Amino acid sequence: MTDWIDIGTLDDIPQRGARTVQLPGEKEIAIFRTGDDQLFALVNECPHKKGPLSQGIVHGHSVACPLHNWNIALKTGEAQGNDEGCTPTIAVRQDAGRILIARPATVRAAA
Amino acid sequence: MELQVRNDDRTEDVEDALVPFEDVREHLVVVGNGMAGCRAVEELLARDAGRYRVTIFGAEPHVNYNRIMLSPVLAGEKSFEDIVINPRAWYDDNGIDLIVSDPIVTIDRAAKSVTARSGRTVHYDRLLIATGSDPFIIPVPGKDLPGVISFRDMKDVDTMLDAAATGGSAVVIGGGLLGLEAAHGLTLRGMKVTVIHLMDTLMERQLDEAAGWLLKTALEARGQTILTGADTAEIYGEGKVEGVRLKDGREIPASLVVMAVGIRPATALAKEAGLAVNRGILVDDHMVTSDLNVLAVGECVEHDGNVYGLVAPLWDMCRSLADGLTDRHTGYRGSVTSTKLKVAGLDVFSAGDFSGGDGCEDIVLRDASRGVYKRVVVKDDRIVGAVLYGDTADGGWYFDLLKKSENIADIRDLLIFGQGYASGGGALDPKAAVAALSDDAEICGCNGVTKGQVVACIEKGACSLDAVRATCKASASCGSCTGLVENLLAAVLGEDVQSGPKTMCKCTSFTHDDVRREIVAQNMRSIPEVMQRLHWTTPDGCSSCRPALNYYLLCALPGEYQDDQQSRFVNERMHANIQKDGTYSVVPRMWGGLTNPRELRAIADVVEKYNAPMVKVTGGQRLDIFGIKGEDLPAVWADLNAAGMVSGHAYGKSLRTVKTCVGSEWCRFGTQDSTGLGVKTERMTWGSWMPHKFKIAVSGCPRNCAEATIKDFGIVCVDSGYELHVGGNGGIHVRATDLLCKVSTEQEALDYCAAFIQLYREEARYLERTAPWIERVGVEYIKGRIVEDDAGREALRARFLYSQSFSQDDPWAERAAGGNAELHQPLAPIAIAAE
Repeated sequence: MTDWIDIGTLDDIPQRGARTVQLPGEKEIAIFRTGDDQLFALVNECPHKKGPLSQGIVHGHSVACPLHNWNIALKTGEAQGNDEGCTPTIAVRQDAGRILIARPATVRAAA
Repeated sequence: MELQVRNDDRTEDVEDALVPFEDVREHLVVVGNGMAGCRAVEELLARDAGRYRVTIFGAEPHVNYNRIMLSPVLAGEKSFEDIVINPRAWYDDNGIDLIVSDPIVTIDRAAKSVTARSGRTVHYDRLLIATGSDPFIIPVPGKDLPGVISFRDMKDVDTMLDAAATGGSAVVIGGGLLGLEAAHGLTLRGMKVTVIHLMDTLMERQLDEAAGWLLKTALEARGQTILTGADTAEIYGEGKVEGVRLKDGREIPASLVVMAVGIRPATALAKEAGLAVNRGILVDDHMVTSDLNVLAVGECVEHDGNVYGLVAPLWDMCRSLADGLTDRHTGYRGSVTSTKLKVAGLDVFSAGDFSGGDGCEDIVLRDASRGVYKRVVVKDDRIVGAVLYGDTADGGWYFDLLKKSENIADIRDLLIFGQGYASGGGALDPKAAVAALSDDAEICGCNGVTKGQVVACIEKGACSLDAVRATCKASASCGSCTGLVENLLAAVLGEDVQSGPKTMCKCTSFTHDDVRREIVAQNMRSIPEVMQRLHWTTPDGCSSCRPALNYYLLCALPGEYQDDQQSRFVNERMHANIQKDGTYSVVPRMWGGLTNPRELRAIADVVEKYNAPMVKVTGGQRLDIFGIKGEDLPAVWADLNAAGMVSGHAYGKSLRTVKTCVGSEWCRFGTQDSTGLGVKTERMTWGSWMPHKFKIAVSGCPRNCAEATIKDFGIVCVDSGYELHVGGNGGIHVRATDLLCKVSTEQEALDYCAAFIQLYREEARYLERTAPWIERVGVEYIKGRIVEDDAGREALRARFLYSQSFSQDDPWAERAAGGNAELHQPLAPIAIAAE
């Protein structure tokens, strides 16, 4: 059983953009909305130098980190091209117009 | 080959399987899976693919990769996959047995077999030794400590990357090419690097003293410490390396020591097998050793008294070897070598003998400010050597003249200026220069590809740089010949050349200039429309093309285009500068560098109220408040707005500051009111978006305290008026301005400034500063448009002011009033659902 957390509606997130959400005791999470209205969620830290990915330019299903322009695949969290590293992903889905993200394990343990 | 018996009741198959397949071909066993071994096999396959059964043994766990390219991997510019020469499929497709991680340890020439470390023994008919070379380890105490490594293979690179990940200091022993590349990579990876070099000149085998000094100065400017004439006494440390002690007693602490003092041919295996070995394994013109059935090739051999450590000779050897193995009798005659290198991003070339001596004459050109040094050594009217630093475009031409021993008496006067001038063109036309090269002139030194081979490959249908790289490998390694290959493409194909790397980005085949022209010509009005009409290959571009398109549309359609926030870099979207910890810095505008108690109080209050950990005076004469959280930005801006301050655009590709000196109002030397003019200039130009950042300064007299001659637009006041300067830059490459003209009134200075900015806005490529733009189009062109064309200047100025009428709204005020609040606020998780 997965716990899902309601974080808002699709309209809350700009197309080709991102918003963040902070859960208690957790790393900040970035929720991305792509040009084709798909949603992805990653820990808001580039694997390179922890740049806030939510502030990057979203293109296709990737985001370019605002600090050093690493490109991170939104689906897998993996750095693309010549760069190596991976950002943790968080399951995200839409239900009746609401965006739900999976409650991370540590929060569940603490709750 | 192992016999496969299948449990299968179909008779035909069983019969097939039961016939033992015996490979009757001669067995060629290659010891070494490096550049020479594989190239030799490639050459052999090209001549007679089925003739030999081939087995390759490699000591490393990898497929064949380009060792020269380890430096870019270390520097983070390429990945291992990028430098693979032959992937696994190549071995499979050609029926080659590749055995990796299993070095050959003995050769039994009597039994014609080799044995690997694992105990595997293989019979050979012909054996090819391509063991390359070993790094030379200087025999000092501590050389075996953990943390002391060489720079020879992928494993060394991995060790260096691990060390760099934790930061700290590194010492590189050896100031030759390899050492400097290691130092460069480690510096880029964030380590503090000291290079220790025994000789007085860096790269003394490739460079003369002057070029070595230029190189040293350039590397020091990048933060490396270079110690020449420094002799290592010992490497010290308890259990692991802690530093290096020199013979003069100096100690340099380091957690990593890279030994890159040189290489030695790896001959131990051959020596033990009883083959004739001198400095290298002795070979004849077909690379045959003292045993007719054993060949050797590459850095491990000695031919006619010479041992080579560069790739070009290696390619020559591989050709002769393959010819010999397929009964063609060309024979290797030794190589004349040249070195064209990029050392840490700096262009360096040398060829032949440049040590001077009896009868040698030097022709030298020095341009210290551009960092260019050229020296051609001439003897009896023939070029015997050349050293080029900073501009190596003519290296191939000098090398060609040298190899052919051509008489240069007739062109001697112009020789040093390069091929373009010496062959009578007057101006340097790179296409004509490459067209004039002979067919056997070498284009790609890394892969040994001649002009004739490149041209043949283009004529067979390779119409782009990538296609040429894929077919004949020219420009596929270090890339320093990319310009030559592009010019060859242009020379052969004319208009049909498919330009590769010069496109705007990987999403399109159009260049910046193409896109811009089409936006205006087709009256395109949005980013999706541009992508649609110009056949973008990606759904919504990338982080490179989107900001450029956004700017081009903004510039073409002032007041009409709807700015796309999602195509802005974070700083321009947030109207503040993101810092490494994700907070922002905020710089309010201080007109002409002037401020007052009210502004200073407001800034002081903001610093206290939002706990900003640092305030700094910027180089542009204003104050930078650090450590503001994204959520707090609107409130900070509201407070600053309340004191009358607006955005300083310190974050934008836009007008930054107008720096001023105090001028005639206070200064005893001042000739005009530079401060007042600076304020007027800033009031006119602030808020405008540009291809890149743009800085202005106004100095009140030629003493130039505002440093106007390294600004994009600089005004220097004189008694009789105002000198206008353009295209200066104080960044990595310092460039002093070009004098545009002199005007007599403040109004003219402002008008010319507006016109110049608009010309830059309309014609420079996105992310091109004024300095490279002016270098590209020439200052005469700028003068033609701004100074000599009164009507054109007036039209440019009018367009600028029209555009400004839409852009001089303070973006901070809009955010402070609540606009785009979602950019500054996180989402609030509101409910928990379970399923």
